[in-house]
Amino acid sequence: MKKKLIASPYLVWMVVFIVVPIIMVGYFAFTDPEGRFTLDYIAEVGQYTNIFVRSIWLAAIATVICLIIGYPCAFILSKMSKRHQGTMLMIVMLPMWMNFLLRTYAWMTLLGNNGIINTLLGYIGLGPYKMLNTQGAVVLGMVYNYLPYMILPLFSVMVKIDNMLLEAAQDLGCNSKKVLFKVVFPLSLPGVMSGITMVFVPAISTFIISRMLGGGSNLLIGDLIEMQFLGNSYNPNLGAGISLVLMVIILFIMTIMNQFDSSDEDRVLV
Amino acid sequence: MQNIISLKDVSVNFDGEPILNGINLDIKDKEFVTFLGPSGCGKTTTLRIIGGFLTPDSGTVSFEGKVINNIPPHKRNVNTVFQRYALFPHLNVYENIAFGLRVKKEPEAEIHKKVEEMLELVNLRGFEKRSVNRLSGGQQQRVAIARALVNKPKVLLLDEPLGALDLKLRKEMQTELKRIQQQLEITFIYVTHDQEEALTMSDTVVVMNKGDIQQIGTPVDIYNEPINAFVADFIGESNILDGIMHRDYLVEICGREFECVDKDFGTDTPVDVVIRPEDIKLIDANEAKISGVVESVTFKGVHYEMVIEAYDFSWLVHSTKAAELGSVVGISFDPYDIHIMRKMGKKS
Repeated sequence: MKKKLIASPYLVWMVVFIVVPIIMVGYFAFTDPEGRFTLDYIAEVGQYTNIFVRSIWLAAIATVICLIIGYPCAFILSKMSKRHQGTMLMIVMLPMWMNFLLRTYAWMTLLGNNGIINTLLGYIGLGPYKMLNTQGAVVLGMVYNYLPYMILPLFSVMVKIDNMLLEAAQDLGCNSKKVLFKVVFPLSLPGVMSGITMVFVPAISTFIISRMLGGGSNLLIGDLIEMQFLGNSYNPNLGAGISLVLMVIILFIMTIMNQFDSSDEDRVLV
Repeated sequence: MQNIISLKDVSVNFDGEPILNGINLDIKDKEFVTFLGPSGCGKTTTLRIIGGFLTPDSGTVSFEGKVINNIPPHKRNVNTVFQRYALFPHLNVYENIAFGLRVKKEPEAEIHKKVEEMLELVNLRGFEKRSVNRLSGGQQQRVAIARALVNKPKVLLLDEPLGALDLKLRKEMQTELKRIQQQLEITFIYVTHDQEEALTMSDTVVVMNKGDIQQIGTPVDIYNEPINAFVADFIGESNILDGIMHRDYLVEICGREFECVDKDFGTDTPVDVVIRPEDIKLIDANEAKISGVVESVTFKGVHYEMVIEAYDFSWLVHSTKAAELGSVVGISFDPYDIHIMRKMGKKS
């Protein structure tokens, strides 16, 4: 009874800010402006399949790149001495202290046709290359902004892997590459899973990055949803419909991912 | 018998702190060798050097006559049973044991045969599919031993493997380890701070302290003929007294002269005298050269442990008969129970 009492503030918070909004999203998605039940908006979401596919595709690429860059980073970090670890973690997290908008604006001035990179390339007779307003720029923005969210969960799992296990693997005949694949990677899987979640979910629903670095031609779901609430095409019912579908898609993908994770664990436990 | 491992002048420093001071050691093939000493004596460091996890600052490590200083652990024909077992938590018992064989890409049938053999050897049949996290300490220990032995190493290194087990289990595992060692005819190098463990299992005991080897010998030699007061004190309980060696076969303890069996210490040399508590007999005070008051009597199961105050020294005495507390008793010992050793710091 007492435990329930302590949990009550969070319970109220959850109901007011999570449960009620989700119910409202569901309500708007399945009704028209007059409040009558309709499936029209959900059906209309189908028109935007290409945007959904593009969002999932770009977010997936960004997640994979984050994993490829973040994994060795996290591993090296976890093997550093405690003193250097603090400094390096700080460097990883430092960009997160700066405003998200500001960071993304900075990339605009770097990547633009008259931006710093093209100017420098011009000096040696190259370019200018079109970098801004491309899908590549959007992926770059996602990787840049969400990389810490990959490194941190990976790091926190890897730092707990007992060094003795690595020595045991060496002792049993593993060179460093085999130690990594046969011991470190399987033991870091929970970190890989949460890193993927923490990068993929915000990346798939971002709208600032695609707006600023992708130009008008690389709309993502996030942009589409925003437009239904703020733009000229004001249509909260459609916005709610798209949001609902997006939630279902994310839930579906995460369930598959978790299946991977837990099935792996079962195999070990049986 | 041939030397399988030789250490020559091996020194190690950590952050300028000396850990090993140029130790020399030869280990014979098929021997059960124990490194014995208090924590920080350098025994685990020595083991890690043999395992390849640590490169000595100076000196050479040889394996069957070849210098192996720069050979990494995975290329050495040596396997280790780690202190806290270090079993792979993501693998079950079978896969833990099969790990080394899989790394070497042995055929599946071969792996199956060898793993089953090992499970038989360590009495873990039927545990193949069990998660290592659901095993007791003793069972984890057996898996760790099997995982190392399945690779058929020439030398097995064991780093305080029984430290986490309770007394009864520890005794069982001691017997079992000895049996496995004899059955497989592999060299075992065993690190412990438990002198009883060392005496029970070993063919050779290497007593270490502060980065130096104090004495190398059979358990019987080490116990009966400790080379200095440190060894005497570390191996079993003992009375260590100051004495003066007047001449061959004559030593002065507590102002009394005693006949002894040692010689070659020169004349009037200050020495350490060690007398084991079980070698002291309690006799009538009037007939003894040394007598004192019984300060305490403690029942220890097989014997009584008594402390007797005499000549500013607390004599530890083990006897099956208890003396009366507070009474005056005489202390007597035979000449061959007096062990004379040079004062520490001056090596012979």
